[in-house]
Order: sequence, then C-alpha cells, then structure tokens
Amino acid sequence: MGRTLADKVYDAHVVRRADGEPDLLYIDLHLVHEVTSPQAFDGLRLADRKVRRPDLTIATEDHNVPTTDLLAPIADPVSRTQVETLRKNCAEFGVRLHPMGDAGQGIVHVIGPQLGLTQPGMTVVCGDSHTSTHGAFGALAHGIGTSEVEHVLATQTLPQVKPKMMAVTVNGALPAGVTAKDLILAIIAEIGTGGGQGHIIEYRGEAIRSLSMEGRMTVCNMSIEAGARAGLIAPDETTFAYLKGRPHAPQGAAWDEAVAYWKSLATDEDAVFDKEVVIDASTLTPFVTWGTNPGQGLPLGASVPDPAAIEDAVERQAAERALEYMGLTAGTPLRDIAVDTVFVGSCTNGRIEDLRAVADVLNGRRVADGVRMLVVPGSMEVKKQAEAEGLHEVIAASGAQWREAGCSMCLAMNPDKLTPGERSASTSNRNFEGRQGPGGRTHLVSPAVAAATAVTGRLTAPADL
Amino acid sequence: MEAFTTHTGRAVPLRRSNVDTDQIIPAVWLKQVSRTGFEKGLFSAWREDPAFVLNQPQYDGATILVAGTDFGTGSSREHAVWALQQYGFRVVIAPRFGDIFRNNSTKMGLLPVVLPTETVEELQSRAEQDPKAEITVDLERREVRAGDLTVPFEIDDYTRWRLLEGLDDIGLTLRHADDIARFEESRSPLLPTTA
Repeated sequence: MGRTLADKVYDAHVVRRADGEPDLLYIDLHLVHEVTSPQAFDGLRLADRKVRRPDLTIATEDHNVPTTDLLAPIADPVSRTQVETLRKNCAEFGVRLHPMGDAGQGIVHVIGPQLGLTQPGMTVVCGDSHTSTHGAFGALAHGIGTSEVEHVLATQTLPQVKPKMMAVTVNGALPAGVTAKDLILAIIAEIGTGGGQGHIIEYRGEAIRSLSMEGRMTVCNMSIEAGARAGLIAPDETTFAYLKGRPHAPQGAAWDEAVAYWKSLATDEDAVFDKEVVIDASTLTPFVTWGTNPGQGLPLGASVPDPAAIEDAVERQAAERALEYMGLTAGTPLRDIAVDTVFVGSCTNGRIEDLRAVADVLNGRRVADGVRMLVVPGSMEVKKQAEAEGLHEVIAASGAQWREAGCSMCLAMNPDKLTPGERSASTSNRNFEGRQGPGGRTHLVSPAVAAATAVTGRLTAPADL
Repeated sequence: MEAFTTHTGRAVPLRRSNVDTDQIIPAVWLKQVSRTGFEKGLFSAWREDPAFVLNQPQYDGATILVAGTDFGTGSSREHAVWALQQYGFRVVIAPRFGDIFRNNSTKMGLLPVVLPTETVEELQSRAEQDPKAEITVDLERREVRAGDLTVPFEIDDYTRWRLLEGLDDIGLTLRHADDIARFEESRSPLLPTTA
C-alpha cells in the first residue's frame, strides 16, 4: 500500500522500533525559546547531562520581548530573568542564540524558515504548539512540552506513537480577497477544535497548491487549533523556489540531490488516509471568529449566532458562555462589531506578505479615531525587508504603530496587552479568554481584514471600503 | 516522575468544554523559571469568580478533576500539568484531551482518563450531589469505580507501565544510545546544521 507524505517522513526517522514500545524518532531540528526551556535545562544540569546535538538546536528570544526600545533593559523583572536565563543556558550548553536586538532575532517559527533551516522531509520540534507552522515545507513538525524539550536536548530523539493520517482537501480556487487565514479559520470551524485530535493533517488540493509558502505557513500554523499536533503540505516548486539561496539551504550539486529527494516525499496515489475532509475554496469569503475558541468562526457577512439554535448541548453551552465573555448579542451582524485595538503580527501572520497586505489596505487611509493599531513584524529580518519596501512609512502614516519583532500581543507576555473588556481584531491564532490580556476580547482575522477594520473601527473586509 | 498505581479521592466537576491551557494557567505565570509555585496560577482568571467550582469549600482537598470535552487544548505549556499537580490533582477525567496536554501529563504522572461523555456527566452529577463521594481510579485494572459504577478506560500498555513504575523517559531512551549513534551515522550529509 502507498504511503502518505507524513508516513514517509516519519518512517525515515525511526531510530528504533520494538513491539509494545513507542518508536524512537530522530529530531533534525530543535527550536528553543525562553518560556518553555528553563526547567528543561535545569533538568539537564541536575542529571549532569549535555545537549547531545547543539548543532541541531537554535534558540531565540520572542515571547517576552518588548516591541519598543530594544536597547533598554526589559522593565518587567520576571520577563528579564527569563530572557537572561535563556542566555546563560545557551552559553553554558553551546546553543546558538539570536537575542533581542540581533539581526537574526524573531519569532521562533519565523526564523527557522527564514534561515532555510526548515526543509522538506525533516522532523522539527519546539516547546511551542505552533511548531506545526514548519509543516508548510513538508516537514513533520509539532509542539512539545518541557519534559520533551529536555528529552530532545539530552537525546535528540522522542518516543512517539505514529498518529493517524487525515487529509484536508481544498478544491477549487480561493476567490479574490480571500486569504490563507480565512481558509484555515473556515477549516477549523468545519472540523472543530478537536477534529484533528490524534491525527497529522495533510493539506492538499488546488487551493493549497496555489498558496505561497507564507500562506501555507499560515494554514499549517493553526493545525493545532483544529486539534492536530502537526499539519503539512507536500513540497513542490513553490517550496523549492522559497528555499533556494537561503543561508542553510543546500547549494550546488547538493541542492539538486536534495530536490530530487524532496520530490519523492509526496503522498503516493494509492495511499489511504484514516479520515478526509473536503472543502470547496470557491465558496469561501473573509472569515472571522466571534467566540472564545478558534472553531467559533463565521463568514464576515454572517451574524453572531444564537446559542438557542445550536442542537448539540455541549456546543450550545460553550456558545452561551462565549457570548457572555465576548459581550455580544445573538443576531448582531459581525460587521457591526466595533473594536478598540487591531493587532497585526504573530507566527501566524507576521511575515512580509502579511505586512504588504496590511500596507496595501492602509495606503492613503487613516486608522479610525479611537482605534489603536499595532503592527509587529515576525522577525528583525521581516522588519528590515518591510522598511526597505517603505511599508513602515505607509503604516505609520495611517496612524498605526510600527514596532520591533516578537510575539507581542498574540499572548501578551510582553507589555503589549488588552485591558479588561477591550476588544481586538487580531491576526494571531487564539481567541481564548484572556489570551491577549486579562478580560480582553479577541476576534481572529486575516491581515487584510485587520487593516480594513482599523480604518472603519468595525469588523470590515477591504472590499467594503 | 511520580508513580501512579491506584488513586482514591474526591472529585471536582468542571462543567466546561474546550478548557484550553491558557485557562488552566494564564501566560503571565509562564515567566517563572522554576518548576514550583504554579498552584497559585491554576485557573487564576476563573478563580477570581467566587462562584467558580474550585472556590466552593465542599471541594477543598479534591484530587480528581472531571471536565468537559477537549480539555487541555491549545498551548503546549507543561506548566498546565505542573499547576494541576501542585494544586493537588492526581487525575483528570474528560471525554477527550488536547494531544500535547495528554502527552505532557503522562510524562509527569498526572493521569488523563478518557471516558464517554455520558459517564463523565454522570460523575459530574454525582460530585455535585455528594461532594464527599470518593472515586477510585485504578490504573492496574484500567477502571474507574464510583459507588455502584465501574467503568473501564483505555490506556496503552507502555504508557501504563511507565506510569505504574514512575519511569523517566530520558533514562529509558538512553539505554538505546547505541541505536541513536548508529542512526546519526546514517543521516544524510545534506541535512542542515545550525552551526
């Protein structure tokens, strides 16, 4: 029987297989950041262990970093200690680190692809659930907890039970104005926050093939929001064109050899998936969330749902609770929802194409009075490129704030946060209660919708302007 | 890791679905670099509400959390497991768990038990009617016993063995260090390094 892309990558990394035991899987790339690593490094010290492969490990500072004034020390002493702890650990264990202010610093899932370290057929892990982002390259990439971070540091392997395989096939073409973010929000609404649980999702079909690498990263990034630890896409010419010439990509004859291998990874014609979901891209429109989990989303043209009309008791209760938290009334058109803050950034939508989409909408327009808009590049490299293209000038001229790179208001571990009751349109990945600050209310949107929303102060698509 | 064989304790009914790890422990608590003190952060936003179930005195000292479906979705933060354990929980029962949370739990000796929705709701009702009622979670026999109710649960043999013995994964893996070294010799030279 044929094998899927994920089967092939998985099988090529099995170090040891024995009856009644999980497989031992080799890890090609381990990404590290300051939040989920300190206790893992402590564990190594306690057991007198080393990092087995510092040359397959890379660290960056992202979750805690302020997005203003990089030269000043971090004001929050607890955040500062955490960042300093990472620096000490990386120095002690010989791990390459991109600290705040460094030209290579950025969100962990932005810098891996940017450096060409994320390549097809690799296994990639990080103590961060959005590691699924790297699946866009045809890598098997998933988030792990701190115990597993320590395990990978010590052994460069992970005990794994092979997940089931799920195909999400997106046929047809996305209509103009509908982006990768709208697509993944629609997919999550379709399959639910637990729909991918126990599975690796392979995204396939015409609409996926037509996406840029950055669009594919946006889709794979939110696999975890559908319950799947990993999501991936078969590598193709789009993938190779993106990788070619990047600092860690193979060169010369090695490049040709690598491409030949990468081409062999695609799912075989006769491979069988455990589950398949089919979506018609041509019917999609800009998509936004109204609730407190990423599955609670609807087309922008819809209205806040009425919980009483939801048949499933569990979903009905979740919707009732979500509306109460979000301060929304059933039946309100989503376009009538006014926001206080617009956040553009994160590992979901903090790349150059996202910033171009935002600048394109903001060009010649103003952010509405009373609306705060933050634009936070995903990495210093993205920031540099945006500035070379003049995007920062368009963004600043509109009244939005142009910031330094980091995770920022996606999870509010740095000073960028919502205040209780404050409402945001956000290009990030989670609308959980309090995610962007205690009591904050989040609507997940695409970069284009974020920018249009900033202009009107209400949830808006660029076509509405 | 703390070994888990059989545990008997009282239950807390948490009648909510999609309890993501941001709720179990909000991000502000993740700035700590130690492994202790996370019990204060457990459900810290929800605990601001006096009516929240953990604030009800009849559930003081309960050690089994009985929650709605999709418990522990979202962020990979193992701090969620540490917070539950340090607060005093030994078991979480739910119809379905987030994959990363469930995995993190079994690394730390917090037992995630999957039971059908109806059974979970029955256990929640019983805990509401009689907060003193005890539940036994028996990993050796793979069953949950509550009064007249005995229900089996599934857990793979290997994870069960590791939990029963309280074994540390790294130690187990390092017994195969030769296999890892052999695999490394066979890796493609085309693969990137961070050096």
